[in-house]
Formats: sequence, C-alpha cells, structure tokens
Amino acid sequence: MSEAALERQIERQEADAKSIFGFWVYLMTDCVLFATLFATFAVLRDSTFGGPGGNDIFSLPFVLVETLALLTSSFTCGLAMLAVRRRDRQQVLILLGITFLLGLFFLTMEVTEFHHLVQEGNSWRRSGFLSSFFTLVSTHGLHITVGLLWMAVLMVRTAKQGLGRTTQRQLTMLSLFWHFLDIIWIFIFTIVYLMGRAAV
Amino acid sequence: MLGKLDWSAFNHGLIVLGGQLTMVLALVVVAGVLTYTRRWKWLWKEWLTSLDPKKIGVMYIIVALLMLLRGAVDAGMMRAQQALSAGSSHGFLSSDHFQQIFSAHGTIMIFFVAMGLMFGLINLVVPLQIGARDVAFPFLNATSFWLFTAGMLLVNTSLLIGEFSAAGWLAYPPLSELAYSPGVGVDYWIWALQIAGVGSLLGGINFLVTILRMRAPGMTMMRLPMFCWSVLCTTVLIIFAFPILTATLAMLALDRTLGMHFFTAGGGGNAMLYVNLIWAWGHPEVYILVLPAFGVYSEVVATFSRKRLFGYASMVAALIAIAFLSFIVWLHHFFTMGAGADVNAFFGIMTMIIAVPTGVKIFNWLFTMYHGRIKFATPMLWFLGFVVTFSIGGLAGVMMAVPAIDFQVHNSLFLVAHFHTMIVGGVVFGYFAGLTYWFPKIFGFRLNERLGRYAYWCWFVGFLLAFIPLYILGLMGATRRLDHYDASLGWQGLFVVAAVGAAVIFMGVGFQILQLAYSIWKRDENRDTTGDPWNGRTLEWSTTSPPPVYNFAVIPEITGRDAWWTLKRKKKVEKPEYEDIYLPKNSSGGLIIAALAFVGGFAVVWHIWWLAVLGLLGIILALIIRTTSGEHEYRITAAKIAKLEGEKT
Repeated sequence: MSEAALERQIERQEADAKSIFGFWVYLMTDCVLFATLFATFAVLRDSTFGGPGGNDIFSLPFVLVETLALLTSSFTCGLAMLAVRRRDRQQVLILLGITFLLGLFFLTMEVTEFHHLVQEGNSWRRSGFLSSFFTLVSTHGLHITVGLLWMAVLMVRTAKQGLGRTTQRQLTMLSLFWHFLDIIWIFIFTIVYLMGRAAV
Repeated sequence: MLGKLDWSAFNHGLIVLGGQLTMVLALVVVAGVLTYTRRWKWLWKEWLTSLDPKKIGVMYIIVALLMLLRGAVDAGMMRAQQALSAGSSHGFLSSDHFQQIFSAHGTIMIFFVAMGLMFGLINLVVPLQIGARDVAFPFLNATSFWLFTAGMLLVNTSLLIGEFSAAGWLAYPPLSELAYSPGVGVDYWIWALQIAGVGSLLGGINFLVTILRMRAPGMTMMRLPMFCWSVLCTTVLIIFAFPILTATLAMLALDRTLGMHFFTAGGGGNAMLYVNLIWAWGHPEVYILVLPAFGVYSEVVATFSRKRLFGYASMVAALIAIAFLSFIVWLHHFFTMGAGADVNAFFGIMTMIIAVPTGVKIFNWLFTMYHGRIKFATPMLWFLGFVVTFSIGGLAGVMMAVPAIDFQVHNSLFLVAHFHTMIVGGVVFGYFAGLTYWFPKIFGFRLNERLGRYAYWCWFVGFLLAFIPLYILGLMGATRRLDHYDASLGWQGLFVVAAVGAAVIFMGVGFQILQLAYSIWKRDENRDTTGDPWNGRTLEWSTTSPPPVYNFAVIPEITGRDAWWTLKRKKKVEKPEYEDIYLPKNSSGGLIIAALAFVGGFAVVWHIWWLAVLGLLGIILALIIRTTSGEHEYRITAAKIAKLEGEKT
C-alpha cells in the first residue's frame, strides 16, 4: 500500500470514529427528549380527571413479556455485532433477522395494548395522565419503528454488498441506537408500569 | 382533500395585502433577475447544493438579514400603533392583528434572525479558526440550514395563506390551546419552530463534534480561540436545551390536533407545566444566542487593542459557569406562578449569581483595552456600545432577579425594555460587530467605514431613545402587548419618544443597506489582498481572503494561543508540502429533505393528512437514498493545489 493510500485509510477511520462520536451526542439529545417526557409523565400521573389510574389499566405479566422480548433483542443485536467483527455475513443476517422479529413482536404487543385501552374508552383524550402515558410510550415505540426500518435497510445492504466500511459503521450506530432504546424501556417499565401498579 | 384550507385563508385586509404583495413582488423580481442573467444553474450548483460551510454561512446570513427587515417592519408597526393609539384614537391596527404582529416579531427575531446570524457566523468562522477544512458532517450541516430556511418560509407563508399565531412568541397555554385559538396561527408557529428547531439541534451536534475532533495539530483546548470556546459552550447548551423544545412543541401540537390534555384548562392538563418546560429551553436559549456574541467581542477587542485577550482562563471559566447556571434560573421568568418563597429565593439568588461570570467577562474586555493601542474601527464601536447597553440591561436584570421587585414589574414594559437591551444591545450588536469584522475574510473586501459608523450611531442612539422610555413606562405601570391605552395615563409622550427611537434605528438599517451597496460598488478600493486586513491574531487571517474552498493548503501546526500572531512573527518560510485533499461533493439532499419538511409542516397546519404522510415518506426515502448511495467526496490532487497556490503568489 502506498503512503498516500495508507494516509487516506487512516483519514477514513478517523472519519468513522467522528461519526460514531457524533451519533453518541445525538443519543444524548434523545435522552434529554425522553427525560422531558418522563418529567411530564411524573407531573401528570395523578391527573386522572376521574378516569382510570395506572393501577386500573396496566397488566404487569403482559408488559413483562414485552420487556423480555426487547431485552432478548438487545442480546441478539449484540451477538450480531460480534458477528460483524468476525465478518460473518451469514450470521449477521440471521442474528439481525431474529432481532428484527423480536422488535416487531414488541411493537405488535404495544399496539395491542394501546388498542385495548382505546376500546375500553381510555384513549389519550381521556385525561392528562393518559395523554402523557400514550405520548411517552409511543415515542419509544416510534423510535423502535425507526430502528426496525433502519435495520431492514441495513440487512438488505449487508446481503447485497457485504460488510463494507460504511455498512459496518452504520451497523455500529444501529446497535448503539437499539441498546439505547432498551435502556429507555427499562426506565419506562420501572417508572410507568411498576411504579404505576404500586401506586394506590 | 385540502383539509381546513379554503378561499377565506387569503383575504385579510389592506395592511396584510401590502405585506403579501411585497413578498410576492420580491420573489418575482429575484426570479426575473435570475432568469434574465441566466443564473439559475449557477445558483443551484454554486450555492443551493453546496456543502461548503463558507457558502452555507453566507446563505444563513442572507436569510437572517432578510428576516431582520421583516421583524423590523413589525417592530415599526407596533411602535407606531402605540404612539398613536391613546384615548379616542385607536391607531391603524386591530387588536387581533396587533397580537399577530408582536407574536411574529418575537418569533422571527429570535429564531430566524438571531439564530440565523449566529449559525451563519459559526459556519464561516469556526472551521477557519480551528484550522480545519470542513465541518464534521457537511451533509448534516446543509440539512440544518435548509430546515432553518423551511421554518422561515413556513412563518412567512402564514402571511400569505391563513394567519399567524396571536398568542405571543412563546404561545402560553391555555390561550394557545384549540379552545381559545381555533385558527391555524398557533399551528404555523408550532411547525415553523419545530422544523427550524430540529435544524438547530443538528447544527449544535455538528459543531460540537467539529470543535472537539477537528482542531489542527497542536491546538489544545486552552489554545482554542475564544470565539470557538463560546461556540463550544453554545453547542452544549443547544444539545441540552433544544430537545426540550422539540418535546414541548410536540405536546402542544398533540393537544391541538389529537385532543390530548397536557396543557389544556380541563381534562387534567397543567398549563404551568408548559411554562416551566418552555423556559427550561427558553432561558438557555438566551445564552445560546449571547455566548457567541461574547466570543465575537473577545476577538474584536483583542484585535483592535493589539493585545492578547486579558484573562483567557477566567474567560473560559466564565463561559462554562454561565452555561451551567443558565439551566438553573428558568423559574425567574414566572416568579408570580406562586411556587413559594423558598423556590423563588433559590432561583432569585441563582439569577443574581449569573451576573458574576458575566461581569468577569466585561472586566476582562476592559482590561484587554487597558494600555492597548486601540483602533476605533466599526466592530470596536459596536463593542463599546454593547458595554453601555449591556450594563444597563444587566443591572435591570439583577433588579428583576429580586422576586419582590419582579412581582411589581412582571409582564410590564420594564421587562420588555430589559430583554431588548440584552438581545439588541448584546446579541445583535455582537453579530453586527462580527459581520463587519469577518466581512473582508469572506468576500475579499472591506465594508465602508464611514457609512458603518453612521449606521452604528443611528442604531445606538435610536436604541436608547426607543427603549429607555419603555423602562420608565414599565415603572409607570404600562403592561406589555397593549394596542390601546387611556389618554389620562399620560403615557403617550414617552411612547412617541420610543417611536422616534425606532425611526432612528430604521435610519441605521438604511445606512447599513447603503453601506453594503456602496462597498460592493467600490469594492476595488477596499480589496483585502493580504488576507489579514486588521492585523489579526487567530488562524482565519492566515489564509487568503476569500479563503480557497479547502481553507488551508497545508494544515498549520499550532504552538500557542493567538496562533496566527505567533506564526506571522516567525521569519523563516518553509517550502510547503502539499497533499491530496478530499472535500464533500455537492448534494441536493438537504434541500430536498427540508422542502419535504416544509410541505409536511404546511400539510399538518391545514390538516391535509395525505400530503403530510407523503412528506414524511419522502423524507424517509431521501434519507435511505443518501445513506445507501456511494462515494460522497471528491479529490483535489496535490499537484493542482500547488498550481492554485502558485497562482496566488
């Protein structure tokens, strides 16, 4: 490799590191966004306006299954990243596929929960509490949707072009995003569901 | 099919018609000139799709200055209305129109003038000052700019189609809720800010990474030029504050469109929650605007005093302290909420403490001037004016930090006078100083000094005439946002003085336009051939004016603060060794994404849901295409650079 080409390669690696650092910063801004929604939820959780509170509408076993599905998907996503490092395209695709399905399963369960609530007359229009609940949880769900879309695009890319430099970088970012959403969900599970059930 | 949109949206009486015609006429003239001179292709290739931060910076500033004219016209109408509308006379504006005007004035001045000038200067100066060829994410940078422009267009579309918000620049609920503002005005406000706000957030991330990761070798953090330090602190504030704005606006939008109950009067909503959230963004926002202005002053004072900046380390510490404190003072905007004595006392004391680092900065600038060889060029005049106005405004601010006093002057013209002293006297003067200072770097010729001085004096005198009366009126009990008052109150005289002040400011604006036109006309007389017209200290003056597209043919080694000052005193000149340079290719992606965001925003305002969905899908598709397409860079070979550099000398 000539000296110029080597330097160009180093330059590119630095650019990748820069992108990933930038993505971390973006994740922190997303963190502030969720913090705002959490704060809003904390303020409005007792503003039920004569409607149901968390105690009346949450089903913990249901949410536990959701949680386990998402946690497992984070695990398989981690395994997929290990496979990326081994440059094993086949395994990457399989593991990302499992991650995708688990994410889809999670999303379906969430939509089902929302559907039930709306059918029972407890939609987001009912009270301040339900507005903040629906907004917080569905903002997370929206992020999961974006993550799934991104994952699908990257799977197609991996299948067609292999694990090039750009694909690797984007997969790294996607995995960061996915783990981040997992952490947010842990907070939702704790603050919204567990503490919501515990409140009398 | 078209949601709430119908013919009634276009008809709003004579004054609005004047505005509409002016806008449409201006667009037609610009399009005509471009067609006549066959410049469309040039515009598209050289400017609209460019990812060069120098060009993006210029476009930011053009948009911001145009918006400054619009915001100033709004201000002029308000001043005229208040000067005329006493007793039996009701002025020339209806109450509703007056409310739309002050809402538009505040929104435009903060989001599309101050933010635009700030991001413009950051784009122009930061890469040059840190010795970089580009920003961290050029495509993202262009997208930020175009989202900002899309938001700006949405605000101005409200003048053509429909109406603007009449709920003030921060749209407090429950007034801004559907029950009390059933029109599309508040929706325009929400989506214009939402789109521009996302652009600002992305810009903040971009420049944080740029400053942290792209400095020239040897430029440690404590060798960073002060302007870059101020930008770094501002980007941190943007990163922490703007997501709050995004979430808050989204919640207000959900209240209005999906019938939620975050901030409604009924249904378990909590209007004070909105006020807390919006100021948790809004107070840092004030510092987001003013910190880069402080940075400009630091550069200007050091350059025109021919001295190192006094107290560099304490300047940095002061910036960081201000950035930190700005997040724990938001409640002082509504002491009257009734949070209780302890809470008010805490926020009151924090607010007073923030005056300490600000004072440190003022004194450091003054000590920089002390024993310096001061040259009273226009940027320096803006600085000196700022010291006066900012001290007046700062003292008023410390007064209002005392909750007991604040209860008396809350929502009065005293407050209006205070924040205008800070934002005009602090932010706007700073950016004017910066524009004059860096103008030769960007365009290769200096602005006319004499006309600049006239403009400055008009602005300074006009500013005092316009706002000192407001302090007095505020103490006399005049509340803000009045479109009419009783003649027996005896306020009219002072309102007339304020209107005269506004007229003098308009003369200043006139001189600025004249200055720009005259300087372009006589540009050959003021050519900057050295690249260093002011005998500057920082790295941007080491390259030619205007800089080549790659900024620096060879990235300089930094050995100390005031990098260029040390560099130009070194006698020996080494023969430079050039390397290949990679720069981003042009891309229309950012423009397309922002255009789709504009369409989507417009569609949501008018409840044209199919179009909103199309806009969203379009954005997703554009992003997928961009991230999956191939190489985004082009190469300039070392030989070509050697040739280009050779031509210069």
